[in-house]
Amino acid sequence: MTSLEKVARPRPADATELRIWNLAATVVDPEVPVVTIEDLGVLRRVELTEDGGVVVELTPTYSGCPAIDAMRDDVVSVLAEAGYPDVRVDVVLAPAWTTDWISQSGRDKLKAYGIAPPAPRRTDGKVSLGLGVQCPRCGSLHTRQSSRFGSTSCKALFICQRCQEPFDYFKEH
Amino acid sequence: MSHTSNRTISDAVTAETIATSGSIAPEAVARYAIGLGDDALILAQRLGEWIAHAPELEEDVALGNIALDQLGHARSFLSYASSAWEKTEDDLAYFRDESEFRNRQLFEQPNGDFAQTIARQLVASLYFQALYNALCQSTDQTLAAIAAKAIKEVDYHVDHSVQWLMRLGLGTEFSRERMQHGLNSVWAFVAELFSNDPLTANLEGIAVDPQTLQEEFDRLVKKAIAEAGLTVPTVPAARGGGRAGIHTEFLGPLLAEMQVLARAHPGATW
Repeated sequence: MTSLEKVARPRPADATELRIWNLAATVVDPEVPVVTIEDLGVLRRVELTEDGGVVVELTPTYSGCPAIDAMRDDVVSVLAEAGYPDVRVDVVLAPAWTTDWISQSGRDKLKAYGIAPPAPRRTDGKVSLGLGVQCPRCGSLHTRQSSRFGSTSCKALFICQRCQEPFDYFKEH
Repeated sequence: MSHTSNRTISDAVTAETIATSGSIAPEAVARYAIGLGDDALILAQRLGEWIAHAPELEEDVALGNIALDQLGHARSFLSYASSAWEKTEDDLAYFRDESEFRNRQLFEQPNGDFAQTIARQLVASLYFQALYNALCQSTDQTLAAIAAKAIKEVDYHVDHSVQWLMRLGLGTEFSRERMQHGLNSVWAFVAELFSNDPLTANLEGIAVDPQTLQEEFDRLVKKAIAEAGLTVPTVPAARGGGRAGIHTEFLGPLLAEMQVLARAHPGATW
């Protein structure tokens, strides 16, 4: 397991906590219902408290993302159904979420759903290199951005110059 | 961000549920956070007025997204601030009156035409970028975490405003005139952003002294305006005083619209 993977998906070592983690990990993003909160790296921590309660930590993708409220409710429901009625979900801000935490399977699922997965982030390197955004339908790299902002905070709008289809791009963040 | 990457998960701080997790803002920090939260909240409310009125659909979406980011920053700052008095973010947003708001006057100015909004966005986004870059280093963990999250979003807002500045400044003679007029109309409110803020005086290492942000802001804004073929306006500064609760006549009606539902139906949820 790479160090990035450890930061993106800090699965607990304890067997019971891991079981709870795996239950919480089935919750999907309400806006993109093919990727789970574990795929996204939004699920941050699961802890079983001494009195039998559960504390789950989630991190928002963007500061104002309203999906976090739905995810919070869904985690509580999933765990209640599995026999954990006493669940508190905390929202944590640090370390700040990045698209680099999205798993490979999450990226594959985004693409199959018609959303181009994010490129690696802009870094402080000497050369800023745009690698092009690939059309999720025809695979062409001949695409252009039509709007930096899309239907949700995390997406931009692109148009494929080859197949002429518009598509969402999960923008690097 | 390099300054957050070496933090471990166990250092994670909780902002939205801060009241229950025991991380209570000291009162002086809370008063500082209210100013930052109010700046973001009032700008979010103003930008929201563009939805369904922007020049094109993409701009409805863009300005709506930027407003949503600002609202997120406001919620984080006001949630943290409210913990000092066992209140909630909603208490602060909906049940304070005009003179209790601490936002700087730039953010409450009317949208004007699209170029005026872009001019305000140019100033606001470059100011927030400088502020949050500095605030990431705060010794207050919650303020640093909110800033580290916000700065990534503000980078997109800077791109958005600079691209429009170029497009309008280098477009037609008409668009150039309107863009210059937009800059002229907001410039009186720029000086206040960098004026001394008494609330930061006793918070060394925690708060950012706004006077330290001006040099970087001036450098970037002058460069952008010059590249767009426009002129940095020279107009007298407005009298300021937003951080002391002194506002222009435009804040009252904005608050009336923002607060009416919560005041008509206190405690209502959906």
